[in-house]
Amino acid sequence: MSETQTSMEHVQDPHLAQHPTPRKYVNIAIILSIVTALEVAVYYIEAVQDFLVPMLAIMAFVKFVLVAAYFMHLRFDSRIFRRFFVTGVLLAFAVFGIVMWIFFLVGDGPSPTVGG
Amino acid sequence: MGTHEVAADHHTSTGLDNTKLAMWGFLGSECLFFGSLISTYLLYRNRVLSGPTPHEIYDIPYTSVSSFVLLMSSLTMVLALAAIQRGDHRGLRVWLLATAFLGMTFIGGQIYEFTTFVEEGLKLQTSTFGSSFFVLTGFHGAHVTVGILMLLMLVGMSLAGRLDPVSEGSRKVELIGLYWHFVDIVWIVIFMIVYLVPTN
Amino acid sequence: MAMAGTVARRGLFARPTAKTGVWGWMTTVDHKKIGILYGVTAFVFFLIGGLEAIFIRLQLAGPNGKILDAELYNQFFTMHGLTMIFLVVMPMGVALMNFMIPLMIGARDVAFPRLNAFSYWVFLLGGLFLYSSFFLGGAPDGGWFGYAPLSTTLETQGMTFYSLGLQILGIASLAGAVNFIVTIVNMRAPGMTMMRLPVFIWMSLVTSFLLLFAMPVIAVALFQLMFDRVFDANFFRLSAGGDPILWQHLFWLFGHPEVYIMILPAMGIVSDVLPTFARKPLFGYAALVFAGIAIGVMGWGVWAHHMFAVGLGPVANSAFALSTMFIAVPTGVKIFNWLGTLWGGDIRFKPPLLFALGFVSMFIIGGLSGVTHAIVPSDAQQTDTYYIVAHFHYVLFGGAIFGLFAGLYYWWPKFFGRMLGDGIGKLHFWLMFIGFNLTFGPMHILGLQGQPRRTYTYPEGMGWDVWNFVETIGAFVIGLSALTFLVNVVASRRRGQEAGADPWDGRTLEWSISSPPPEHNFDEIPVVRDRDDFWHRKYRENVPAGEPAPVIAGGAGDHGHIHLPSPSYFPLLAAIGIPIAAYGVVLIGREVGGGPIVIAAGLLLTLLSVFGWAIEPGTEE
Repeated sequence: MSETQTSMEHVQDPHLAQHPTPRKYVNIAIILSIVTALEVAVYYIEAVQDFLVPMLAIMAFVKFVLVAAYFMHLRFDSRIFRRFFVTGVLLAFAVFGIVMWIFFLVGDGPSPTVGG
Repeated sequence: MGTHEVAADHHTSTGLDNTKLAMWGFLGSECLFFGSLISTYLLYRNRVLSGPTPHEIYDIPYTSVSSFVLLMSSLTMVLALAAIQRGDHRGLRVWLLATAFLGMTFIGGQIYEFTTFVEEGLKLQTSTFGSSFFVLTGFHGAHVTVGILMLLMLVGMSLAGRLDPVSEGSRKVELIGLYWHFVDIVWIVIFMIVYLVPTN
Repeated sequence: MAMAGTVARRGLFARPTAKTGVWGWMTTVDHKKIGILYGVTAFVFFLIGGLEAIFIRLQLAGPNGKILDAELYNQFFTMHGLTMIFLVVMPMGVALMNFMIPLMIGARDVAFPRLNAFSYWVFLLGGLFLYSSFFLGGAPDGGWFGYAPLSTTLETQGMTFYSLGLQILGIASLAGAVNFIVTIVNMRAPGMTMMRLPVFIWMSLVTSFLLLFAMPVIAVALFQLMFDRVFDANFFRLSAGGDPILWQHLFWLFGHPEVYIMILPAMGIVSDVLPTFARKPLFGYAALVFAGIAIGVMGWGVWAHHMFAVGLGPVANSAFALSTMFIAVPTGVKIFNWLGTLWGGDIRFKPPLLFALGFVSMFIIGGLSGVTHAIVPSDAQQTDTYYIVAHFHYVLFGGAIFGLFAGLYYWWPKFFGRMLGDGIGKLHFWLMFIGFNLTFGPMHILGLQGQPRRTYTYPEGMGWDVWNFVETIGAFVIGLSALTFLVNVVASRRRGQEAGADPWDGRTLEWSISSPPPEHNFDEIPVVRDRDDFWHRKYRENVPAGEPAPVIAGGAGDHGHIHLPSPSYFPLLAAIGIPIAAYGVVLIGREVGGGPIVIAAGLLLTLLSVFGWAIEPGTEE
């Protein structure tokens, strides 16, 4: 994981200057591990069960953004890539959110009673 | 001299590489694919008219380790990319193999989990929960498997000198890396929604 | 992609080099050839789907028809719908997109030529796979919409073919969508900004985004259907708590964007045809573009209007009724812009214009009936009747098909170097127009009088006999019009008038190169300075009348080095593995053994082919 740059890089990759260093990547991986451990921990902690879903959602979101922004380099790349991806994510959330909401409206929650 | 699709300075309207643009478009599309599978799961996880319910059968500690393994594979993947970007082919292969190994560990873990569930009475045919669980996680596992094959292919290409020059090789590694990280992101969502969120 | 200083790479086997003959067509990666392949295949399926329609109309010509029994009728109307949607309208649109997009944006080919070829072969094989069902136990018979649990429980085997065949076709569409998006975004000639693009290109871009995001949803639905049928899963099994409404949501989440996928390319064609034949610039270019984008975006918010009678409840129904009414607005904007383009123009009533006018008028009618469906209580009467059948045929046949024919007549000289006959073309139009209205006009009446759709016969004494008979006559007139087109095609190839580069005095880049174009399209990639750039070059103020148009200056930097993608057989090989795997699933479903091995063989072929494709350079130096 050496950070020394060889002379080849200046010719090859004009974006290299913006890349996170390997050290930075390891730091992000450490954060991801900690958040994962937290997710599992809150699952077991009785006291916070009422807030479990929002807490898990936030933590999952943090991991999602870290991987997308740093490992997938979206933070440093052209906005066009971000738009392609975010459009898919938002569209999925929007339409499936509506579908789930409709099921919630019709029955009693996501599992309406089945007539049999 | 002078082909068009290759070097970092090829003439495209946005200055961006065609294949990278294509991969991001594809990943956007995959959001809808997994969104459909996850919604189906959300609808059906509480409809357990026979067989075990989700939290009767999940082994959270086990799956947490599995999730951690996949998460770390994203780190090794990005270290592989960093290696080839500085011309370090040997480092590339080491980190690619590490990524593939972690991926295979994850898949091994999935297979073990699936066979355990079947033994404990949860099959595809058992309930709507069973069907939606196995199809969702199964498709995710299939995506990981395809990723592993592509990683191994990259290792082979590196050995055969096909990832030269470094700018071209980096591009290819980056492409596979994007796919790999996305599959990891999907698992981040699945782990939370499927395993950790309590059912009624 | 040979690099300076390295040995020219060889793939696994020797690279094909043929540019002509059967092998040349099978290994081509040239977008123009692929466009022709798509077009010919789509037209053959058009005739087949039309034949299915003729049989349907024969069966329904009078009460208690005996031409088709119920089971056969179900197969025919299902396959008619599947054929027209997935094997005709969509691929014909793709045919035109394939041939024209690079020409209109000033590129030499699409972004991924081998992926382009792959898309075509997967499409062809998917269509053949679907049709093989007729000979392997029966075609799909659960409607093109495949509602569960009927589709999951039908003992006949056709719906298994449905779940697999549409999946295969979906792969072709998704690959094509990625290809066209990257091509349009990334391969425009210098100076060709997004707002200088012809509207057809914009509509193709929106269509491709719709495909990109809609195909995965139906892919999941089809997998779930397949798992239920072949592996006894419970996605739609009522006794296990499976929910038929889930199928409908997933299907229509795809299905509604799908109808915009079918209509937007035709709208794009019309937007380019009208200015040419009115000799006026398009009225309200920006409004048209943004209306198209709006339709694409809003199209995601209306799907449940296909489910008004299913019991979603008043809140959901009202929300979707509103969104459905709103989506009429951008469509209306387009119609007014088209009318504005024609107004005050120097109109030439050539076949492309006739078909474009047919599009506009018939689409208005179809759109109006669509607005009536948006009102939920009204739809409660209309749904599942022939009134709906009338609506969608007015927008898809009166709209999309007429629009596609406008494109065919318009660009035919560019494809083949010869004009399609003018007189025969007009005959074709009028026969089609009259036949179409005879067939589908009365369906509005019959629907409101209560004739249900998707039923193989009706009893005497309902008062439906006369209009049904008229409709059957109309169907034969349509058939006649299709034959007229065929005659026109044959006559054109034999003794059609030779077309120069610019037979219509066109406005856009494709008319600046020869007909048919050379393999490399442009001798020099043009530098674009205006919307309707070609028109401006021809008619700059200080160019005296009668002088030849100035040659489009190049200078985009590829002097003398024209690199074209080389032919390859990997796209075809990779495509073949997919239906093989699908047949393996069919075998599993029939419990006859050998299924898993066949699946493995198919997937292995595809995998190895993709591997060979990945290491093969795009252009063999």
